[in-house]
Amino acid sequence: MIDLMQMIISGIAVGSSYALMGLGMVLIYKSSAVPNFVQGEMALLPVFIAYMIIDTYGYPVHVAFAGALAFAVLLGCFLEFAIVRRAKEPNVIGLIIITIGMEMALLGLVSWKFGADQRTMPFPISSYDSVMVGGLYISTLDLLTLTVALVLMTGLFLFFRFTKFGVAMKATQQNEAVARLMGIRTRRVKMMTWGISAMVGTVAGLLIAPTIIEPYMMWDPLLKGFAGAVVGGMTSLPGAVFGAYIVGIIEHLFGGYVSIEFKSVVAFAVIVIVLCVKPSGLFARHYVKKV
Amino acid sequence: MSALLEIRNIETWYDLVYAIRGVSLSVEEGTITAILGNNGAGKTTILRTVMGLITDQPDKGEIEFNGHRIDGMDTEKIVRLGISCVPEGREVFEELTVRENLMMGAYIRKDKKEIQKDVERVFAYFPVLSDRVNQWAGFLSGGEQQMLAIGRALMSRPRLLLLDEPSLGLSPLLVGEIFDIIGRINREGVTILLVEQNAKKALDVSDNALILENGRFVLKGKSRDLMKDDNVKEFYMGVRSQASVKGYQRWKRKKVWR
Ligand SMILES: Nc1ncnc2c1ncn2[C@@H]1O[C@H](COP(=O)(O)OP(=O)(O)OP(=O)(O)O)[C@@H](O)[C@H]1O
Ligand SMILES: [Mg+2]
Repeated sequence: MIDLMQMIISGIAVGSSYALMGLGMVLIYKSSAVPNFVQGEMALLPVFIAYMIIDTYGYPVHVAFAGALAFAVLLGCFLEFAIVRRAKEPNVIGLIIITIGMEMALLGLVSWKFGADQRTMPFPISSYDSVMVGGLYISTLDLLTLTVALVLMTGLFLFFRFTKFGVAMKATQQNEAVARLMGIRTRRVKMMTWGISAMVGTVAGLLIAPTIIEPYMMWDPLLKGFAGAVVGGMTSLPGAVFGAYIVGIIEHLFGGYVSIEFKSVVAFAVIVIVLCVKPSGLFARHYVKKV
Repeated sequence: MSALLEIRNIETWYDLVYAIRGVSLSVEEGTITAILGNNGAGKTTILRTVMGLITDQPDKGEIEFNGHRIDGMDTEKIVRLGISCVPEGREVFEELTVRENLMMGAYIRKDKKEIQKDVERVFAYFPVLSDRVNQWAGFLSGGEQQMLAIGRALMSRPRLLLLDEPSLGLSPLLVGEIFDIIGRINREGVTILLVEQNAKKALDVSDNALILENGRFVLKGKSRDLMKDDNVKEFYMGVRSQASVKGYQRWKRKKVWR
């Protein structure tokens, strides 16, 4: 029983970084209608920037992290402004290719500049310390990840619920032409969506970094986050979070009880099952257009 | 004095489809102008062209609002000059609440107190909406969505309101109500350009009217004159001027305006 609970706890902890990646993907999917394969690298580059700020210039961690987050927003905005927006009347395939292209470019840049060595981010909280909560161990880093993820999600929720810009962002995602009729500068809104999405992803990256930094570090969370988002219907923020935690938990249970080797495949099995049972995802909503 | 909205000889293309073929029209401040026409005549396209929603269009011609050239301008800027549009088919933001929809209508404004007053004004026009403030617009009935779309367009305090088929899909009772409110909005100082299929109602409420066919205006005039026009009666109001000899209605038109 303790075993089971322990695995669920670990699943939730790792699910937090999946959830953040999934949230980033859904944000962009809703505004630019593309599964964003550069999501991982939009987090990767800022993480390496943070590493460089600490390692090369000797600034404290919080400065480096703040710098990385600011850089991430700029990077996201830049990619949308300089590349994605240039595609005139693109279709999904075209956009996917564009994001994959950007992905390879950024990955190449990071590998070239920093090499493929594995490092870790100097960080005051280590993944080896843990606290006991009701007979269960949870590492302090996992606890921090979970807390930060929850705080960030609450922040996003409040942003979309109560700020004018947040509501305008939702409006743009739902109906861009009409959003323009409201006077919303939808191009700017879409650009900011990319910025926010990159920032959310970077938070996940920074929380993984104390364990490992290497050019492929974001691949796994990206794929699992993507899986979670698909489970949630790809267009629902709570759905992505829920889906990501599901993936994280099931993956850990599978790893514990069935096979550790095939643990990573579980995410995709979950996708297939969900798509068979409810093709639009667990949280997708449908309206019948009224005439 | 020049008109509030002045359209001169615009031509609009959708790729290779020549939709608007040289259309001119002027809307005087304070009036209601109606555009009538069959499906596919190009009514919606005219409104979309005015709002700058079709990229790189109009291909030719000029549009002036309040003395400023607005053709080729971004929609976001046009809206800020004081034009507001109720698009065809309501197009409310389905996953936003009624209140959020209205807030988006007031997006270009900063005066919070006045915005709140205008929300109350919209609820006075459409009391049903006030019972649904926190409900998603996607869960409203079609008629309620139409009311919301009109209310939302009023929230920017426009000088000119473009309405695309406000009566589409509404029950006769509701159609009457909507047209009453259009009249009221106009009397409170908003100039209106109205696109309609319901010719009778549109001619009743409007001062001037134009009839569009295949991307060209074929008839213009005072609404009360057009109401008496035999062709208008026959083709747009379904009144047969002559009983057919054989007793059934002929589908072919006797006369084509051109
Ligand atoms: N997005 C588009 N791409 C290509 N052609 C279009 C597009 N939208 C409209 N058209 C064409 O332009 C012409 C005018 O269409 P428009 O929608 O303006 O007609 P309408 O008068 O508003 O008709 P309705 O009364 O049915 O709404 C039609 O022939 C239509 O097929
Ligand atoms: Mg139309």
